[in-house]
Amino acid sequence: MVEEQIKTLVRLVPVFPLLGFLINGLFNKRLTGKLPGVIGSGCVFISLVLSAWAFFLLTSLPEHARSVGSSWFEWVVSGSFSSSFSFLYDPLSAVMMLVVTGVGFLIHVYSIGYMHGDGGCSRYFSFMNLFTFTMLALVMADNLLLLYLGWEGVGLCSYLLIGFWFHKKSAADAGKKAFIVNRIGDFGFALGIFLLFWTLASAGHPTINLSEISRLAPEILVGGGIVTAITLLLFLGATGKSAQIPLYVWLPDAMEGPTPVSALIHAATMVTAGVYMVCRLSAVFILSPVTMMVIAIVGAVTALYAATIGTTQNDIKRVLAYSTISQLGYMFLACGVGAFAAGIFHLMTHAFFKALLFMCAGSVMHALAGELNMQKMGGLRKYMPVTFFTMFVGTLAISGVPLFSGFFSKDEILYRAFSSEHGSVILWAIGLLAAVLTAFYMFRLLFLTFYGKSRINPEIERHVHESPRIMTVPLMILAVLALIGGYIGLPHALGGGAWFERFLSPVFTFSHEAAETAGHHSYSIEYLLMIASIVAAGIGILIAYRFYISDPERPKRLAERFNGLYKVVLNKYYVDEFYNAIIVQPVITAALFFWKITDVMIVDGIANGSARLIGWFSGKFRYVQTGLFRNYALLFVFGVIVLLGFVILR
Amino acid sequence: MPSLEYFIVLSAILFCIGVWGVLKSRNAIVVFMAIELMLNAVNLSLVAFASNVRTILARFIQTVPVDQVSDLLRTSTASGQVYVILVMTVAAAEAAVGLAIIISIHRMKDSVNVDDVNIMKW
Repeated sequence: MVEEQIKTLVRLVPVFPLLGFLINGLFNKRLTGKLPGVIGSGCVFISLVLSAWAFFLLTSLPEHARSVGSSWFEWVVSGSFSSSFSFLYDPLSAVMMLVVTGVGFLIHVYSIGYMHGDGGCSRYFSFMNLFTFTMLALVMADNLLLLYLGWEGVGLCSYLLIGFWFHKKSAADAGKKAFIVNRIGDFGFALGIFLLFWTLASAGHPTINLSEISRLAPEILVGGGIVTAITLLLFLGATGKSAQIPLYVWLPDAMEGPTPVSALIHAATMVTAGVYMVCRLSAVFILSPVTMMVIAIVGAVTALYAATIGTTQNDIKRVLAYSTISQLGYMFLACGVGAFAAGIFHLMTHAFFKALLFMCAGSVMHALAGELNMQKMGGLRKYMPVTFFTMFVGTLAISGVPLFSGFFSKDEILYRAFSSEHGSVILWAIGLLAAVLTAFYMFRLLFLTFYGKSRINPEIERHVHESPRIMTVPLMILAVLALIGGYIGLPHALGGGAWFERFLSPVFTFSHEAAETAGHHSYSIEYLLMIASIVAAGIGILIAYRFYISDPERPKRLAERFNGLYKVVLNKYYVDEFYNAIIVQPVITAALFFWKITDVMIVDGIANGSARLIGWFSGKFRYVQTGLFRNYALLFVFGVIVLLGFVILR
Repeated sequence: MPSLEYFIVLSAILFCIGVWGVLKSRNAIVVFMAIELMLNAVNLSLVAFASNVRTILARFIQTVPVDQVSDLLRTSTASGQVYVILVMTVAAAEAAVGLAIIISIHRMKDSVNVDDVNIMKW
């Protein structure tokens, strides 16, 4: 009975964003004023209500039954292979759906205020709704084909929304860059899916159903390099979508899109698709220790690496973008050490506080007529109290200050990195160092923007104002979530029940056991590690305070002293230039070669040459056409004689 | 009556004169007359063959079944002469059209020299 209800609800959840996309997309120009925004937000709100309802029904089911399949229609049938457009509703997808629709709804509402007066409002909301639909398809898919559809769909929406202001060349270029870099990852992802399917099919199970893969993987895929190859290819897809080394370069540029887009797609939801995919296929990933190690190392290194870049950037959104890369690194670190639930936990809290931070940055930009450079801000606290306060909450949360959500999730990851059988002290130390830097750059951002003397252009400063209520209310709601979101995963050591992990445990049965055995460390180690992360956050905040409040000249002096190093980090380690030199330029050169030489000279040469040859011949032959009738008659007679001769002499 | 060969040779001579006239002369009217000569040469050979058809067919008659011989003979004697009438009517129609063309060429170019009419030249 309850299952039937869940099935109906789950089937309906993605319908509404699709409907909103169609309405906003088809009646594009006819919808004016706030109407597109209201339709867009309304559709997502209905989905949110349905997801929440389904979620409560799911919690009422016994733990082992919390996995409900629900189908729209048969999609692809070919021989013994079939794939349907159907959804899998279990704790993992339930959490993801709530994050996507919940945070998505708040960002839609915020967008009504932010995009007010923009001519392309209904285009914007139709893309946002399409994004919500494809993201839901991604997280709800019960087979790899549908998951891949969603995966590509969110990539498309990301491209469309980064390049939303396509008349700006930098925005159009950033959209292309995001799309192309993602293609590289998707290429690996597709190959991984093919290889996985091929391996399963050659063992007699031609299936791409996710729960069947999870069930069959431990029997079929054990041992050999094939599972490592599969998982590494899948992980390549994850590095593209979730902006990890080496494919992270598109995310900072993606900040060219409208700020709510950065909040929704490039912070809260789409970029976490890679983490979700790794968690969803955790049964496969766990079989390859090599891949797990690679994931953990890539995650940890990315976390530290992006954090260092974040400390030097002056563009407020770019700092947040590098921070997102760094936080995604944490999530992969968690996955890599087998703590999938912790990764999803951080994914959720990160969605709250990073969406909040982006929207606060958007609010600041809104007030300052689009100014992005933090060196031209300052002292905004008195002008924008709500934005300041909510941003303060978000900053505390991401820095890992106790009692805020980020503390619990990040601490859980660091603890697992230290104690898990896949983890090590080095991974933990890298994570801790990144935590120091996180606290530093986030408070640097906060101090430069809201504290100190105003460095704002006086012309603009006269018009500085707090954002309208439609933008600040979502900020406040997200601030509350960023504050309390962590308590659902309160660890045992702090007297909590680790409810979140327990809720997700049916999805991660295999790793749960591992966590249990590892979890028999006494609490003292957990407390020690907790104190270490608190100290780390404290150090970061303290350095930021010393640098930007008590002695604002100090950063400049330091930058001069370590000029070389500072330049390298400021220029993002010249990675863009490096990729440009070793990949982009050779590709362009090759393209020019194929264009100018192969196409224009050889292919066109053959086509035009044959035409010219025939033209030359006809030019010679046309002199036969003398226009003198007696010549024709003579030829005619000769023809007759020849024919007659042929007939007679034959 | 002279034998068939005389008619055939005469017809061939007339035809060759016609061909020669068409190839040689520049005057459109003469060309036209030469064409008429060729047509009439053919007509001559047609009637010659038609009146001698029994002698010609006698060679083939052995191969034809006996009950069909009379039918064959009756139709073949008539068809050659009918063909001549057909050629004459076509020649008349052709003469009308051809002369009309020659007149309009004469109006345009003020000449009936066929070498002057070369507007279809390359």
